[in-house]
Amino acid sequence: MHRSKTASGKIAALRAKLVRALLFLLAAAFAIAFLLPTVLTITNSFMTATEITANYGSIYQNAVVGGSKQFISERVNLKFIPDMVSFSQYATVLIKSPEYLLKFWNSVILVVPIVVFQIIVACFAAYGFSRYRGRLREMIFFSYIILMLMPYQVTLVPNFLVTKWLGILDTRWAIILTGIFSPMAVFILTKYMRRIPVSYVEAAKLDGAGEWQIFSKVFMPLSGGVIYSVAILVFIDNWNMVEQPLILLRDAELHPLSVFLSKINSGEVGLAFAVATIYMIPTLLLFLHGEEYLVAGITYSGGIKG
Amino acid sequence: MKLLPTRQKQPRRARRSGVKREGRLKFISGAFILPSAAGMALFYVIPFALVFYYAMVDNPIGGNFVFLDNFRMLFNNLAFKMAATNTASFSLISVPLAVILSLLLAILLDSKIPLRSQFRTFFLSPMMVPVASVVLIWQVIFHYNGALNALLANFGVDPIDWLKSDYNQLVVILLFLWKNLGYNMILYLAAISNVPVEILEVATIEGCSAVGKFFHIKLRYLSSTILFVTILSLINSFKLFREVYLLTGDHPYEGLYLLQHFINNTFASLDYQKLSAAAIIMSAVMIVIIGILFLAENRFGKDVEG
Repeated sequence: MHRSKTASGKIAALRAKLVRALLFLLAAAFAIAFLLPTVLTITNSFMTATEITANYGSIYQNAVVGGSKQFISERVNLKFIPDMVSFSQYATVLIKSPEYLLKFWNSVILVVPIVVFQIIVACFAAYGFSRYRGRLREMIFFSYIILMLMPYQVTLVPNFLVTKWLGILDTRWAIILTGIFSPMAVFILTKYMRRIPVSYVEAAKLDGAGEWQIFSKVFMPLSGGVIYSVAILVFIDNWNMVEQPLILLRDAELHPLSVFLSKINSGEVGLAFAVATIYMIPTLLLFLHGEEYLVAGITYSGGIKG
Repeated sequence: MKLLPTRQKQPRRARRSGVKREGRLKFISGAFILPSAAGMALFYVIPFALVFYYAMVDNPIGGNFVFLDNFRMLFNNLAFKMAATNTASFSLISVPLAVILSLLLAILLDSKIPLRSQFRTFFLSPMMVPVASVVLIWQVIFHYNGALNALLANFGVDPIDWLKSDYNQLVVILLFLWKNLGYNMILYLAAISNVPVEILEVATIEGCSAVGKFFHIKLRYLSSTILFVTILSLINSFKLFREVYLLTGDHPYEGLYLLQHFINNTFASLDYQKLSAAAIIMSAVMIVIIGILFLAENRFGKDVEG
C-alpha cells in the first residue's frame, strides 16, 4: 500500500516535470520568434553594403552596387553573423548621408515636445479628475475614454479640419498640438491618482496645505513612477507614428524617420539596416532602463471600468 | 457620499462653510482640468461637430442640407466598400488571435517554468521596436525570393509570393501579432495575479485539475480583462494600416487596401463630405461594437465582481 503510493507519487512528479519541460520548450520557441526580427536587424547592420547586396540583392533590384564584379545570390541568404563585422553602414549614415540624421532629428523634435507637454497637461487634469467627482466631471472624463477608443481614421478628420482652420496644417505644430491633447496619459494618470488614499489629502490639509500644495507636494511625488511609465508608453506610441504625418504634415522634408524608413528600403539597402538599428536605439534603451515601469504602466492602462 | 450623514450632524454654520469649501474645491480642482479639456475641445470635440455638419451638406461652403445623401453615396462607393471589407476581415482574424494567443503566453508564464522573467522581457520586447525598423526583415523573409520560400523549397514546396497573393493579410497579421501580443500578455498576467489565492487553494484541495481551475475559476476573474484586451486589439487592428503602409507603400496590393488608405486618398482630393461621412460611420461602428462587448461581459462576469 505504502510502496504503491510513493510509486504513483513518483510518476506524478515525473509527469509534472515532463509537462514543465515541454512548456519551457514552447516558451523558448516563442522567445526565439519574438527576438529574431530585432536581432537580425541589428546583426545585419554590421555587414558591409557589398555583403548586404550579395545576400539580399535579389530582393532589391536597384540596390547599391558595391563593386564592378559582384555576386548576387538568386535566393536571399538570411544570415545572423556578418562575414566581417564592419561599421561601414554606420559610417555612411553618419558621415556621407546626413539626410537620415535629419529625419531622425525630425522624429525627436516631434516626439519630445508631445511627451513632455502631454504629461504636464495630463498631470494637472488627472489631479482635477481625482480630487472631485461630480456628474459633469464624470461626463467629461467619459468623453476622454470614448476618444481614446477611436481609431486614427476617425480622429484625424477633426484634427485636420481644426489645424487647417488655425493655419498650422503642414507644419510641425499640427502634429505636436494634436499629440499633446491625446487622452491616453490623462486616462492612466487619473486611474492611478484616484487610488491615492483620502487620508493623505486630509493630513496635508491639517498641515495647512492648499490645493496647489496638495498637488505638488503630495500627488506629484507619489505619482513619480507612474508618470515615468506613462511617458514611456506615450514615447513609443509617437516614435512609431505613421498616420499623423501622412495627413497633417504632407511636407516630406519634415517627415519623421518612422515614415521615411519605408522609402529607403527599396533604395539604399546598404545602409537601411543601420538606419533601422539607430531608430530602435532610443526605445530599446528606454525598455532596458524602464521595463518594470513599462509593465506597471501597461497594468494601470488595463480595465476601462475601474 | 459617505461624508453626508456626518455633515448633517454638524452645526449650521460649520455646514455652510463646508458647502463653501466644497464649492471652492470644485472650482480650484476644475481649474486643473482646464488646459487639457480646452485642448481636447479645440482639437477633437468641437471639430467633430463640424464633421457632423460636413457629413450632411452637399458643399463645405454654404452647402445645402442633404441629410443622408453623403452616407448613401459612400455605401455605393466601390473603394469604400473594398476598404471596409478588408479592414473588417483583418479585424475578424487578428482580434481573436491577439486575444487568445496572448492569453496562452500569459498562462505559459504563469506556469512554473524556469527563466520566467527573461521570457516576459523577450515577449514584450517587440513592443519597443518601431515597426519601420523591422519591416526590412519582414521583406527579406516574405519576399518571393525570400528566406521563407528558400526554407520551404527544401521541403519541396513551390515558392509563394507572400506579399502579392491571398497570403498577404497573413504576413501583415503576423507582424501585428508579433508587436502586440506582449502588451496584452502583461494585462493578463496582472489579472491572473489578482485571482484570490484562497479560492484556488480550496479548488486544489477538492481535487480540481489545473485545467479545471483555469476554466472554472481563472477565466471568470479574467473576463473584464478579456473584454479590455478585445477592445484594445480591435483599436489596434484599425492601426494595421501602419504595418501595411510600411511594407507595401502608398499603393498596396488588393486585399490590403484599408480604410486608412481610403481616408488618405480622400484627404488628398479634399472631399470633406465623403471624409466626414466615413469618420461618422466608423465612430458609430466602433461605439456599437464596444457597447455589445460591454453587454456581453456584464452577463458573463457578473457573478465575480463587486
